Amino acid sequence: MRSIERSLNKFSEAGIRPVAISVDTSEDSRNLAQSQGYTFPILSDRNAEVIQRYDLAHKGAGIHGEDIARPAEFLIDSTKTAVWINLTENYWIRARPEQVLEVSKLLK
Amino acid sequence: MNIKRLNWPLWLGLVVTLAAFLSYFFVFVLFPFTRDFPWANLVLFVIAGVLLFMGLRHGFASDRPHPTRSKIVSSIVGVFSLFVFAMFVFVIFVGGRSLPASKGAPQVGQRVPDFSLPDTSGRQVSLDELLTTPINGNRPKGVLLIFYRGYW
Repeated sequence: MRSIERSLNKFSEAGIRPVAISVDTSEDSRNLAQSQGYTFPILSDRNAEVIQRYDLAHKGAGIHGEDIARPAEFLIDSTKTAVWINLTENYWIRARPEQVLEVSKLLK
Repeated sequence: MNIKRLNWPLWLGLVVTLAAFLSYFFVFVLFPFTRDFPWANLVLFVIAGVLLFMGLRHGFASDRPHPTRSKIVSSIVGVFSLFVFAMFVFVIFVGGRSLPASKGAPQVGQRVPDFSLPDTSGRQVSLDELLTTPINGNRPKGVLLIFYRGYW
């Protein structure tokens, strides 16, 4: 997410809005955004309902044994169709902004 | 302790080992180039390994003032450093892979599920809104959804 924030101008130019989603509370997300300087929307899926709808729940992986999201990225076009997805197999490896910006050229 | 008799390669090897472990989580994880594959940390571990090898040879040399103590201390430092390296390999290459397969996740070409969730100020934001609220005065071409594990 740091690299997304650093490339935010390029995303805006490409017409792409990055949006982050986790089970954190709105307050925790606000603290995260303030401390890290994130300016894109960060949404709070407290009960992992949306995360489950996307089949991204990592059961019991939170510190208190709660369900959390596994890392994943989806580029969605204006018809809500996924044009690119990244389901990493190792959570130390994430999508790079350049990858997403390259694919975003295909969007109309 | 006489500074000339200090087994400096051994202790420096231990310091570099700890630095090789911790620097990933505090420094190298910040940059995709050093995060996706921890080559910078593996280089540090190699340097630590060379220093520790020198330190162990030194510690087991016959001219040490306290041969038994020297052998015990250098053995403990060597084994501990090996343990730190094993921990690193486990955390990055094994622990990082313990993720669900998510076979039911939306695939390329499929429509993704709608949602409406509170943002950092508690206001409900829908996927429709994210796709229609202008960016720099223009209608967005798309949205990048980033699911992440959370702050904790």
